[in-house]
Amino acid sequence: MTSHSCLKLFGVFLLALALPDRGIGDEEHSHASELQRQSWTFTPPFGTFDNAQLQRGYHVYRDVCAQCHSMRLLSYRNLGEPGGPEFSAKVVETLAAQAQITDGPDDKGQMFQRPGRPSDRFRSPFPNDQAARAANNGALPPDLSVLAKARSGGPDYIYALLMGYRDPPPDFTLAPGMHYNEAFPGHQTAMPGLLRDGMVGYTDGTEKTLDNYAKDVSAFLMWTAEPKLEERHKVGTRVMVFLLVFAVIMYLAKRAVWVPLHRRRDGAKQSSSS
Amino acid sequence: MAHPSTYRPASGVAKWLDERLPVARVMHDQFMVYPTPRNLNYWWTFGGILTFMLVAQIVTGVVLAMHYIPAEDRAFDSVERIMRDVNWGWLLRYAHAVGASMFFLAVYVHTFRGLYYGSYKAPREVLWILGVLILLLMIATAFMGYSLPWGQMSFWAVTVITNLFSSLDAVIPGLGTTLVQWIWGGFSVGGPTLNRLYSLHYLFPFIIAGVVGLHIWALHVPGNNNPTGINVKSPAETVPFHPYYSIKDGFALVMFLLLFGALLFYAPNLLGHADNYIPANPLQTPPHIVPEWYFLPFYAILRAVPDKLLGVVTLLASIGVLFFVPWLDTSKVRSTSYRPIYKWFFWAFVVTCIALGYLGSQAPDGWYLFFGRVFTIYYFAFFLVVMPVLGKFERPRRLPGSITEAVLGHEASAAKPREREAVA
Repeated sequence: MTSHSCLKLFGVFLLALALPDRGIGDEEHSHASELQRQSWTFTPPFGTFDNAQLQRGYHVYRDVCAQCHSMRLLSYRNLGEPGGPEFSAKVVETLAAQAQITDGPDDKGQMFQRPGRPSDRFRSPFPNDQAARAANNGALPPDLSVLAKARSGGPDYIYALLMGYRDPPPDFTLAPGMHYNEAFPGHQTAMPGLLRDGMVGYTDGTEKTLDNYAKDVSAFLMWTAEPKLEERHKVGTRVMVFLLVFAVIMYLAKRAVWVPLHRRRDGAKQSSSS
Repeated sequence: MAHPSTYRPASGVAKWLDERLPVARVMHDQFMVYPTPRNLNYWWTFGGILTFMLVAQIVTGVVLAMHYIPAEDRAFDSVERIMRDVNWGWLLRYAHAVGASMFFLAVYVHTFRGLYYGSYKAPREVLWILGVLILLLMIATAFMGYSLPWGQMSFWAVTVITNLFSSLDAVIPGLGTTLVQWIWGGFSVGGPTLNRLYSLHYLFPFIIAGVVGLHIWALHVPGNNNPTGINVKSPAETVPFHPYYSIKDGFALVMFLLLFGALLFYAPNLLGHADNYIPANPLQTPPHIVPEWYFLPFYAILRAVPDKLLGVVTLLASIGVLFFVPWLDTSKVRSTSYRPIYKWFFWAFVVTCIALGYLGSQAPDGWYLFFGRVFTIYYFAFFLVVMPVLGKFERPRRLPGSITEAVLGHEASAAKPREREAVA
């Protein structure tokens, strides 16, 4: 095999790798490609979440988003786990207790309300999808647990969406009860732009601006979608370093095994040429 | 390759076992001293990589199955529970999902290598056919596995693919519908469908493992092909598999794992589709239903045909035609390196497959559809016209007399100084 065809085969190999990237629903990417990429603390390969940002993001979520959106895959205990907002155990208990959870049935067969515990799932704002639709003009607010992975663009998209509320252009017909949003596919969303400057209290001195709210809650939603991200990056570094060292060792071992064979071949070449 | 056994039992126990069940002898003869052509390049390392990937998929899959719940209303959440609450669950699931992509990447490289070097030609036809069978089984397994998270893309992929069978209604009215309902276990894709897909997804890898055993057996009878495509003429042209190829395959595997690791740890969802993180909803069709990247070329072929039944037939034929490749190619020469004209058609075929992959990801209209059809026609023309016809007319380049001559003649001037350095 010539080195030329070797190169060509390698090119195919690379193309095959590039292919899937282009293959994933380009239509959806068309709005994602216009998305402005924000700088996040959690980008690979070494990124970690900013605990303070996630804590602020949780407050934005709880005070604003959670009025309509459920987050059924998360439990209050998750808020204290490593690699997340890392609220202290005491704070987690307090945060859980602020929610009224329906429990039961008790000894008499009755359901009852009690303050939440860390082991409880996040309280959903509506008992079922129908109730959620009834309260939201027929639209169902999606569950937020894995939203950052369920939208192409992830946290960049969520940020753009929260920042994307505008007055509609004059030639744009907006359906009744809908809101104009630059980032939303089709630009019409049932979700009103509720976030305003100063709406959520921050206690750590961060400026209470819409921009910060959008950023913090997007980061928070990335964590809820990918709670093991930090662990993944950390394990990844170790595995990749191990594999790199292992590759060098394997290469040297491979060469050590093959060199005597090549040497014999070289000898054969010399005798055949002389 | 058929060779006299060199196994000598080292102890009384080994001798006792050898007379009753000679596993140690088979291992020794087939995986230690097995004579392998000494000129295999790195494209030959993908067989070992594939074996590793099959084992990795089975191991991660068996553990995932301990935590997964194949129920319509719980499947999605159980996968998320694996991601959140199962120890190392995120690693297992991402390794399994990214692993499927890596498995297909390796199998496609392996298949193209076989095509390029004529590894399907006599006496390796059965070896090739078993390989195509493994590819088919892999496609079925991957399709069923993709359904299990029961996200939007899972659900709608199952809906689209199972509905292909309804095209049989055009042959016998009612046949397709009956068949589809039998496959679904109901009148639509639902819980019973998920259950059977899960059951078969667990079964198929072990069938694959069995056919892989036969594939390796069928390899070890005639022995490896090699980049020259010339038969091995003397024992001096071979080296024992261990340590020469065990170490070379091992090095290639580690390089492959670096790529696997990069995707797994830093971009585990890159090859997936965002919509599959939305729980399945039978009432809401996603704007674009696209399969995983490794099925996109076949998807493009399916959609290139305007008639539903013919589309399905063409789809099946696109893989089915591979079974006949040993007899479609009429050239006496195995390796494409010695076929100056065929070489161009081969690379055009590779480009075609990649182009079909791209087109499969796009909506089938306008130029996309037009090119989808052009490339589909070439896909089949390559097998049905180029292979049989060109083999009769092409004048191959002069073949070297032997593997030894090929290696010495070809690298004597250029490669020697470099190798000297390596030795020094």
